[in-house]
Amino acid sequence: MVSSVINVDDLSASYQKNKVLNDVGFEVKEGTITAIVGPNGAGKSTLIKTMLGLHPKLTGKVSFWGSSFKTAKKKIGYVPQRGSVDWDFPTDALDVVTMGLYGKIGWFRIPSKKDKEKAMNALKKMGMEAYAHRQISQLSGGQQQRVFLARALAQDAELYFMDEPLAGVDASTEKAIMTILKELKSNGKTVLVVHHDLQTVPEYFDHVLFLNKTVYAYGETEEVFTKDNIATTYGGDMQWVGKGDQYVIQSTSH
Amino acid sequence: MSYSMWIILTASLVGLSCGLIGVFLILRKQAMMADGISHTVLLGIVLAYMVTQEVSGPAMLIGGIFAGILTAFLVQTLSSLKVRHDASLGIVFTSLFAIGVILISTSVGNVHLDVKHALMGEITFIPFTTMDIPLIGSIPKATALLLLVLLVVIFFIVAFYKEWKITSFDAALAASLGIPVIFFHYLFMTLVSVTTVASFDAVGAILVVAMLITPAAAAYLWTDKLIVMLFLSGGFGVLSAIIGYWIATWLDTSISGSMALATGCIFFVTFLLSPKHGLISRLVRPAELREEQEA
Repeated sequence: MVSSVINVDDLSASYQKNKVLNDVGFEVKEGTITAIVGPNGAGKSTLIKTMLGLHPKLTGKVSFWGSSFKTAKKKIGYVPQRGSVDWDFPTDALDVVTMGLYGKIGWFRIPSKKDKEKAMNALKKMGMEAYAHRQISQLSGGQQQRVFLARALAQDAELYFMDEPLAGVDASTEKAIMTILKELKSNGKTVLVVHHDLQTVPEYFDHVLFLNKTVYAYGETEEVFTKDNIATTYGGDMQWVGKGDQYVIQSTSH
Repeated sequence: MSYSMWIILTASLVGLSCGLIGVFLILRKQAMMADGISHTVLLGIVLAYMVTQEVSGPAMLIGGIFAGILTAFLVQTLSSLKVRHDASLGIVFTSLFAIGVILISTSVGNVHLDVKHALMGEITFIPFTTMDIPLIGSIPKATALLLLVLLVVIFFIVAFYKEWKITSFDAALAASLGIPVIFFHYLFMTLVSVTTVASFDAVGAILVVAMLITPAAAAYLWTDKLIVMLFLSGGFGVLSAIIGYWIATWLDTSISGSMALATGCIFFVTFLLSPKHGLISRLVRPAELREEQEA
């Protein structure tokens, strides 16, 4: 019996008076990789932020391993959207990765040699050791995303939340990130990924969560990733481009 | 110590503490907040004067902290109520400043507190009001206050160095790691306030802004490392103070005005010459390298 890692029940949240999440509920099992998909403005990032207490919730309950976020936070890693930070900040790649360890280092201490080694190993895993001392604005978009992933790896968490890690990255970075995600899964870690590209869902993820303010469907990719579910979640906000049995969907709201 | 040495030392202390605080103002994109707080501390100082009936360092500091936090809190509240953040700041700081001005001219108007002094400062008179400190001897009150504030600022920057770095760079990650981002926001606003209050006597409210922002903005263009940026910014602050004093004696004009002019000059030179982001290095950089960077 696989135990559940996340329990979300009747979660709702608003963004400047607009309700963006309503009665969201689902349960995530250990060792799964879930794609959170939905149209623009469906509340995908807000869902992650609300679950992590970064955004206030109106109603509902979120628990991790049966306890609150506060007690579980050391086992949770978060990869924000790449665009959410200022890449002109005066720091280098290794330093950004080391930041993932700040929670564990504790108050009034500076990162030790061991912490730096841990960060360096995480960079190596993402194929970025050659860029360790490069200023972060000198990195390409894909390389910046790899640095963010490396930072999450350095945290050595049990459960990962990633907000659009594959958005606007090159093919080799996408491959590198997916290899890492598979490795995390085989190590029994649980991963939730906000994802924008429906085409790659069946290949990359074993679970899908269809979200558009509320949960339209959640389950194993084979079962719930159907044309019907896609159509109801995305509503009229898309058009089909028929290409055999491939799902090619273009959101018209871009 | 001679009269002009005291003035240069005091101005250098302003440059140093403002330079250090300024780095985080720039990196946290709160440069305009400094503008706001530099005005609203006037209200805090007036209130402190009304309560204690004297112009004393500690009371002014407490009043300034109160005004600074009140400003930060009101701006936060207004913008959470759907008022645009920049507009909220404009509304809050002008209103609180106006209350301060009205209180000065109606109920506490006297020789120690007047609007012109508050805005322009008068560093020339600083060496006249001294106090005795054991072991060191007689030193001007304003200088002693600045020294104390500088030590406080350095203490907090060193003690929470990695927290400042992470909350400035990626507040969302910091919060997810359990670092109290809001607490650090208000702690930072407190540090801005005490720095401003202590510098108030010397350079006045308006010129505090120049000292807070310009040296740090120049330092930002010279380096890719936070620690280097802190040293450079503090150094530029001190340099501006010294050059400013020299300009003032040369032209026989306002000391604080000359110091602000000096910060501007340092920034301008940086803008032309800095190796990585400077105008000249951008022009002379080989074409293929430029393409690579823009790609």
